[in-house]
Amino acid sequence: MVSPQSELSVALWRGGKDGVYQTYQVPTRTNQTILDVVTWIQRNLDPTLSYRFACRVGMCGSCAMTVNGRPRWTCRTHVSKVASAGRLEIGPLENLPVIKDLTADMRPFFEKWQRAKGVFSPSKTRDDAIEEIKPDTPARIAADKAIECINCGVCYAACDTVRWNPDYLGPAALNRAWSLVNDVRDAGNTARLKAISADGGCHACHSHQSCQQLCPQTLNPTASISGLKRCATHAYLQGEIKP
Amino acid sequence: MNVRLYIWQRSTAALMLPLILVHLALIFYATGKGLKAEDILARTRGSIAWASFYGIFVMAAAIHSAIGIRSILIEWLCLSTRQANLLAVSLGAALLVLGFRAIAAVVLHG
Ligand code: SF4
Ligand code: SF4
Ligand code: FES
Repeated sequence: MVSPQSELSVALWRGGKDGVYQTYQVPTRTNQTILDVVTWIQRNLDPTLSYRFACRVGMCGSCAMTVNGRPRWTCRTHVSKVASAGRLEIGPLENLPVIKDLTADMRPFFEKWQRAKGVFSPSKTRDDAIEEIKPDTPARIAADKAIECINCGVCYAACDTVRWNPDYLGPAALNRAWSLVNDVRDAGNTARLKAISADGGCHACHSHQSCQQLCPQTLNPTASISGLKRCATHAYLQGEIKP
Repeated sequence: MNVRLYIWQRSTAALMLPLILVHLALIFYATGKGLKAEDILARTRGSIAWASFYGIFVMAAAIHSAIGIRSILIEWLCLSTRQANLLAVSLGAALLVLGFRAIAAVVLHG
């Protein structure tokens, strides 16, 4: 008989929208991550298990799943940190359609990046000199604080406003918009502020802060969104934008 | 919520804050002094000051709550923006009517 410490009981979501949790027994290892657990099941128990990962070192943002009720980057989440009494429940990210098993369809997430004008819009051509960016200006400091996003979708899955209002752009897209609002090289701010001031934009955020509590990169989308609210309100009062 | 509604909601909140404090102080004053209905009416009837004070209060409350309810209808009852707009405007209108009726009852000579 295996002692409880040497084995984990892992419930994994199997199937699409109408799937169910199925339980597997997985041997414990030291320094085991959630991604290790999922990979072990796929290699040893069921090769048809679908899940997504790439870098395994917290850079690509592709491995996020719901672990014991919270969205996490699974390659950098240790089992010891999240397992409760040797049990794990792992599902696809919330607030996104399920493709199969642990893979969520990220399209709505990235479509909202587009809607929030999260694409850099250059103000110069290749013939112009490279612009010098001083790291200690207020705008650059604000942009730097928001820039390390790995597009993992953890904040999007954690946000109640996204759950309630499918139109809401969500923390990641708005955080991206904020980093570009503060990028002096960008020329798309009027269109961007207009996009994030419409219904479902930054003003829908309730400042719950679940996004910043769970962001694996310790970014603070709530702060970025309040910056956007300020900028958009100012632009609206100045007559620069009409939502 | 868009930027226009946001500004209306925040500005009506800021406007109502001092009005609520005065309103509460007034209740404490009236109950503390044991004023009767006729004492209160004697002070409010024909008073442009009280009519404007509560008139502004009613308008701010109607706008503020209609915008808040609109968000709740969209987020909690999953109504479409159109349906939520319609219901929220109706609620705001109802609050305006009820509020002004109440003001008329205390400032107009009966
Ligand atoms: S702070 Fe805003 S974006 Fe972040 S979880 Fe709350 S509602 Fe969502
Ligand atoms: S803001 Fe944080 S949680 Fe959200 S997508 Fe970027 S890295 Fe992930
Ligand atoms: S696999 Fe790349 S961040 Fe987890």
